[in-house]
Amino acid sequence: MPKVTLSHFEAALLFSLCASLVLGVVTKRTDRERLVYGAYCFAWFVVVLFGLGWLMYLGHG
Amino acid sequence: MSSKQKKPPKEPMPPLNVWGPAVALAWFVPGGGHFLLKRYGRAGLLLLAVVTMFLFGLMMRGEFLKPQGGDLLTMVMYYGGFVCNVLTGIPYMIAVWFGYAQPDVAGAVHDYGTKFLVTAGLLNVLAMVDAYEIAIGKKS
Repeated sequence: MPKVTLSHFEAALLFSLCASLVLGVVTKRTDRERLVYGAYCFAWFVVVLFGLGWLMYLGHG
Repeated sequence: MSSKQKKPPKEPMPPLNVWGPAVALAWFVPGGGHFLLKRYGRAGLLLLAVVTMFLFGLMMRGEFLKPQGGDLLTMVMYYGGFVCNVLTGIPYMIAVWFGYAQPDVAGAVHDYGTKFLVTAGLLNVLAMVDAYEIAIGKKS
């Protein structure tokens, strides 16, 4: 098994993508709703990722 | 008017043979429950998401958590992590069978890997619940 070294950002992005995909698939009832909800979840993951990143950067001084 | 409101009657549990095979297969093979219920597209997406997360967890050299005693938080984390790992199904069994036993080492990448392995199991639980709801006719 090859070893992979991802940065924090890459790992968090991959995590968001997989989690959004599953949340989109299992939550809604039509394909369109699933697509929209998956994209919505992914967008929120990314927004929170950047938000927390900046918060940690600013809080660190 | 009485202060106690009557609870609506509880719906009876659907028979095991209706949902059992789909849920069991959903646990064993990520997306397998949906495949059994002829939701091929969704089955493929679930398989892709869970297996991708699991494989990246392995490639980042994440640790399989094992049940461990101690204080409450440690117990919840290690027992919960172990259960989540097992809930990934066959990918976990294959990895263990091939002797994957990464020790806990310090480092952000390993830590991410451990979380990826645990989350793959949690995502599979969501897939199992969805397969259950489709099997009993609550969802299409």
